Amino acid sequence: MAYDYDKSIRPGKLPHIWCPGCGHGIVMKGLIRAMDTCELDRDNTAIVSGIGCASRLPGYLDACTLHTAHGRAAAFATGVKMAKPEMNVIVCGGDGDGTAIGGNHFIHACRRNIDMTYVIMNNYIYGMTGGQFSPCTPTGDKASTTPYGNPDPIFDISKLAIGAGATFVARTTAFHATQIDKLITEGIKHKGLAVIEVLDDCPTTYGRRNKFRSVVDMMKRLKDISVPVAAASKMTAEQLEGKTLTGILHQEDKPEYTAMYKEVIKRAGGAA
Amino acid sequence: MSKAKGEVEIIEKYCKGCNICVEFCPTKVLEMDLFVVKAAKPEACIACMQCELRCPDFAIKVNKIA
Ligand SMILES: Cc1ncc(C[n+]2csc(CCOP(=O)(O)OP(=O)(O)O)c2C)c(N)n1
Ligand code: SF4
Ligand code: SF4
Ligand code: SF4
Repeated sequence: MAYDYDKSIRPGKLPHIWCPGCGHGIVMKGLIRAMDTCELDRDNTAIVSGIGCASRLPGYLDACTLHTAHGRAAAFATGVKMAKPEMNVIVCGGDGDGTAIGGNHFIHACRRNIDMTYVIMNNYIYGMTGGQFSPCTPTGDKASTTPYGNPDPIFDISKLAIGAGATFVARTTAFHATQIDKLITEGIKHKGLAVIEVLDDCPTTYGRRNKFRSVVDMMKRLKDISVPVAAASKMTAEQLEGKTLTGILHQEDKPEYTAMYKEVIKRAGGAA
Repeated sequence: MSKAKGEVEIIEKYCKGCNICVEFCPTKVLEMDLFVVKAAKPEACIACMQCELRCPDFAIKVNKIA
């Protein structure tokens, strides 16, 4: 049977606003499938975002959604989770929202290991505002603000998340549609802060400035650069040049923040 | 192994003509027709679901018929 996405989408919301070939739609479908697999009760699930094309995602979904201020998704989501620890909290947004203006909130959510799932769509650019470079725009690439090539080194979002203390970190791409829902499913099941980085495409503001003739070219690149972690262990440094590891990159058990906070409330004599 | 067969349904008003489904269909069922996809060889569909999974626009559905 064709997959029933309609039951998860707010009536009358399609077609969505994303450009032809924008990978955010592929990620949204993956998120829906993951929420179905985990049988998340939509009335008990908060999907929180900041600002950007990627951050428009929650508005399409029939769940408890919160479209907040630029970069502040993790902060609002932390508030929701602290007030209602029994709720499933999912954050989604772009590389700009999550690692530039919202970088601080992102690393501290990771550090606290609060039980949320953060789906970050890394399309290497600020799509919504016309293609300014982000901390994830590859060095040398062109953005509207780096017409002669970007001199900055990048943030590797997954490494940043691991370094900051996230206890589940995984990466995939918009090309690998089935892996998107598998990894988000694992992230939702994980107790603690789970980051799923999805390498994504923005044909409109990144692709056309950077040697990609079509959406399909961008999809093929996502396919070509990806190496599953298991396969990478058998490859030489030379073979791994220019490649990106995909799959679960890091997973550990650590005390979860809302559970620890409950203990604090108890010690302080409050009603747990 | 028995061959699976699929029936492709295109929701034309959602299709943005990005070409992803056309490119990655293994049996070349799909074709672009003035920025909207059409099933040019519907009988060749093997219900692999690649197009439905990757369409960013919810514009293509495949039902297994065998
Ligand atoms: C406080 C504030 N600063 C700047 C902006 C302008 N702005 C809107 S979206 C955006 C970048 C979004 O980029 P990203 O999060 O990567 O998402 P994309 O659009 O690429 O999906 C910026 C800078 C804003 N809305 N609010
Ligand atoms: S500008 Fe880029 S990120 Fe925004 S909808 Fe268009 S393709 Fe997607
Ligand atoms: S299901 Fe597979 S074979 Fe059928 S049209 Fe889609 S991609 Fe082609
Ligand atoms: S992938 Fe979807 S939007 Fe793109 S051409 Fe195919 S049906 Fe149309």
